[in-house]
Amino acid sequence: MASAFLHPGLLVVVAGFALALLGGRARAAVALLAPLAALYLILVAPTGVAWSGSWLGFEVKPLAYDPLSRMFGVVFAIMAFAGALFALNQKSRLELPAAFVYAGSAIGAVLAGDLVTLFVCWELMAVGSTLVIWTAGSVTAYRASLRYMAIHLLGGVLLFAGIAGHVAATGSTGFDRMALESPAHWLILAGFLVNAGAPPLSAWLPDAYPEASWSGMVFLSAFTTKTAVYVLLRGFPGTELLIWVGLIMVFYGIVYALLENDMRRILAYSIVNQVGFMVVGIGIGTEMALNGAAAHAFTHIIYKALLLMSAGSVLYATQRRKCTDLGGLFRTMPLTAVCGTIGALAISSFPLTSGFVSKSMISQAAGDEHLLWVWLALAAATAGVFLHAGIKFPWFVFFQKDSGLRPDEPPLNMRLAMLLFAALCIGLGIFYQPLYALLPFSTDYVPYTGSHVVVQLELLLFSGLAFFVMLPMLQRTLTITLDVDWFYRRIAPALVGAGALALRAMGETLGAARDGGVRRIEAAAHALHGPQAILARTWTTGGMAMWAALLLGAYLVVFYL
Amino acid sequence: MIAEHLPALVVVVPLAAAPLIVLLRSAALGWALAFAASLFAFGASLALAAEVARAGVISYHLGSWPPPWGIEYRIDALSAFLLVLVSAIGAVVAPYAWRSIAAELPREQHYLYHAVFCLCLAGLLGMTATGDAFNVFVFMEIASLAMYVLIALGRDRRALLASFQYLILGTIGATFYVVGVGLLYLVTGTLNIADMAERLAHDGGTRPVLAALAFITVGLSLKLALFPLHLWLPNAYAYAPSAVTAFLAATATKVSVYVLLRFYFTVFGAGLVLETLPVPEILIGLSIAAIVSASLVALWQADLKRMFAYSSVAQIGYITLGIGLATRDGLTAAVVHLFNHGITKGALFLLIGGIALRAGGAGFERLRGLGRAMPLTSLGITLAGLSLIGVPGTAGFISKWTLVLGAIEAGYWWLAALVVLTSLIAVAYVWRFVEAAYLQAPDARTPPAGEAPFSMLAPSWLLVGACFWFGFDTSFTVESARRAAALMLGGAP
Repeated sequence: MASAFLHPGLLVVVAGFALALLGGRARAAVALLAPLAALYLILVAPTGVAWSGSWLGFEVKPLAYDPLSRMFGVVFAIMAFAGALFALNQKSRLELPAAFVYAGSAIGAVLAGDLVTLFVCWELMAVGSTLVIWTAGSVTAYRASLRYMAIHLLGGVLLFAGIAGHVAATGSTGFDRMALESPAHWLILAGFLVNAGAPPLSAWLPDAYPEASWSGMVFLSAFTTKTAVYVLLRGFPGTELLIWVGLIMVFYGIVYALLENDMRRILAYSIVNQVGFMVVGIGIGTEMALNGAAAHAFTHIIYKALLLMSAGSVLYATQRRKCTDLGGLFRTMPLTAVCGTIGALAISSFPLTSGFVSKSMISQAAGDEHLLWVWLALAAATAGVFLHAGIKFPWFVFFQKDSGLRPDEPPLNMRLAMLLFAALCIGLGIFYQPLYALLPFSTDYVPYTGSHVVVQLELLLFSGLAFFVMLPMLQRTLTITLDVDWFYRRIAPALVGAGALALRAMGETLGAARDGGVRRIEAAAHALHGPQAILARTWTTGGMAMWAALLLGAYLVVFYL
Repeated sequence: MIAEHLPALVVVVPLAAAPLIVLLRSAALGWALAFAASLFAFGASLALAAEVARAGVISYHLGSWPPPWGIEYRIDALSAFLLVLVSAIGAVVAPYAWRSIAAELPREQHYLYHAVFCLCLAGLLGMTATGDAFNVFVFMEIASLAMYVLIALGRDRRALLASFQYLILGTIGATFYVVGVGLLYLVTGTLNIADMAERLAHDGGTRPVLAALAFITVGLSLKLALFPLHLWLPNAYAYAPSAVTAFLAATATKVSVYVLLRFYFTVFGAGLVLETLPVPEILIGLSIAAIVSASLVALWQADLKRMFAYSSVAQIGYITLGIGLATRDGLTAAVVHLFNHGITKGALFLLIGGIALRAGGAGFERLRGLGRAMPLTSLGITLAGLSLIGVPGTAGFISKWTLVLGAIEAGYWWLAALVVLTSLIAVAYVWRFVEAAYLQAPDARTPPAGEAPFSMLAPSWLLVGACFWFGFDTSFTVESARRAAALMLGGAP
């Protein structure tokens, strides 16, 4: 009965505020119990609208359950639990509260039955996630959080304008399937895609997430992009454009991840890549494809979090993040190495892991629809994923050369969190029926057919072979990868008005020639609006009176003509 | 008995309190009287609003002289809404003033401040309640003269210049207004607004009427600080005593907007102003200039008070933009924003008063590390800043939502985009405060740890709470605004 009154997302947000005040055992208890309580509420709530009301004359449904939203709610709650367990020994007192606000608003977003509630949760998510990055405490993290915030504010503006247009045109705030025929719907789609990490604004993700703390990035990997997948699933299934957007994301992620040296940036690029698979599924739009996208989001949250937990443990133990500085850690961190490897196998969709039972549905859907090129591209991408995330990450971090580092395993709570998710990765790979039962459309799909398993294994083994053959070429060097974010780091702050300070700092650090355009815009704005400029200074009384006279004359002329 | 005289009493009680305070010559009694009068005005306004919602327009005949001859007080959905806003802010600022004024003014001036405050409140309430065009002018002068004095009380010597400039320009504005009313009297032979409207319906659009419209538009634009006639406002707000800034920012320009709406829609009629003449186009153009230019100026200001003063100019732009849309939704947005911006800016300036008290000013150099020195004040400014930006869950979001919806429904997609994009400039300037208060280390100029006194914090936080309350419960604000907009455009409510 409680499920009708309690909002699981709100519960987690409130728990986040409580965490900021609590300490010791009470803090640990709240951090672990609140997500479990939310999970329970989501599982037992009956399908349908639980909360409804009216806002400005519109019907709103702040809490509504259907199979799709329940599925995302379930995995978000599980994720919040495991993330909290992993982060229990985080020294920053504010990170976990921020992460709970973030997680709670993400749960709120997927359980929102109308666009207004969705937007409210969407913005709260942006604030929560920015704080998660910011609480890492370093100067680079602070800068990254500002850039991250700027991009998401822009996305929020697009979404807001789109929702307002949609409501103005239809008179309803309902969140249903939309056709791309009005500017409002294009704006909504654009707002969604910003959060999904779609091009041309993919770069915010690998730019900002790796600046979070060792535990912060575990949370970040789960919610923002997957909420975007959820809203795309609900609002734009079967939009063909999404197939191509998704494919670009898939290969963008692979190429940059292969070039990258920072272990968590590799994993960040691979988020873009994996979300690309889901977006392709949504673009295909058949029941099989949508099931596949939803299932893949579910499993991806778990194995990506597992990968980031193992990377986070390494960062926690060694304070190093570049592949070139790491290696040979399996000797003293065997558990972390095994868990990381399980995550790597799952992301590569190795048979008997969770990735296999979900991604194969998307490929199957492409095959069923006779989208040959899409199917081939997905197959090639599967090999690419195995290269960058499946082998490259564990190989360079845990095996390869001996870096001489002998760090200890992380504390118990971190090990338990990794074990839980490793067990889920294997468990969902073998006993996939409970996962399929959660899917939005009922299915009798069987992933383990002979041909499918053989094809997948061949694909993976050959790409594995390729990795080791080409190992000298892939040997990581100390590089910094330039991405689109270079442009918006330099130019966008001016465009989105991210503030005079950012502009000034830029003006000082950059050469005059390179950013002449930005400086001219800033200079022009400053010349007119700066403290002593014509629009800001104190005028003489006569000057003010002159304006009154001029305006009166102008009005008279206009009215008389 | 008393209830039927409320339309007059709401004005008369604060008006009568003023000379009484002067006679008593006591700071404490003066404060108590001012507080009591403003509380009475608030209660009376709420009662009037409830009565209007129940029974429609209230017409009160002063001295029992019937309207075209005697002065009529006329309370409808729009004026009742404004009465509630003005008196509510008055009732919040009055208790706040006790400690704030004590810190900023010499003791012998305290009772004078309370007396002038009552005059100002009475003037603003009178402008709203009266149904007589010349009576509006009288109350406008009462309120304005009181404001000049209040601003000149500021302890910064620049307050004198600011007050003088406002005096000159305010007088020009009032003169233009009265010239316009004179022209209308010439044409119609009446000063009663309702009567005037009836007569103009027959012979509107003649040259004297157009001239009257031009004079009244410019005169009131000066009073409500529409770009480019806003130049008096930043200094007046920046150098006035803190309590005065909060009161004026939340009420004075809003009441002028009310008078403008009254003349545009009741007297001249929407047909003439919005359809025959290019008033909407001019309003939209000036509003955009106000929004963009003043927001940018705010971004570079070195003083928190001045920064939010420029932000007020920008916010007035959003209000006039709503009027310029010339639709029911646009007008609704304008009226809603009158209220929401009033409480938001009121909260901000009240909290800044706390900073001025502890730090001796609100320049950004004093705000470093303020989050630790004055946690409640800093948090309050940040929260009210969210409402200024229009973050979901705040009153500002309701304004932004109705305005964007209004713009789209009027067919102005690009205006909707402009509204949401310029709210990002507000993010930037609010962020400047957050960065200074929370991310910079305190130095010698940061005030020592310690909050503003409770009597100042409580009223401030009451308004901060209101910023969030009216972000969720819109039954009063939006419903009242809808009824007012319907009334102005002559449709069924």
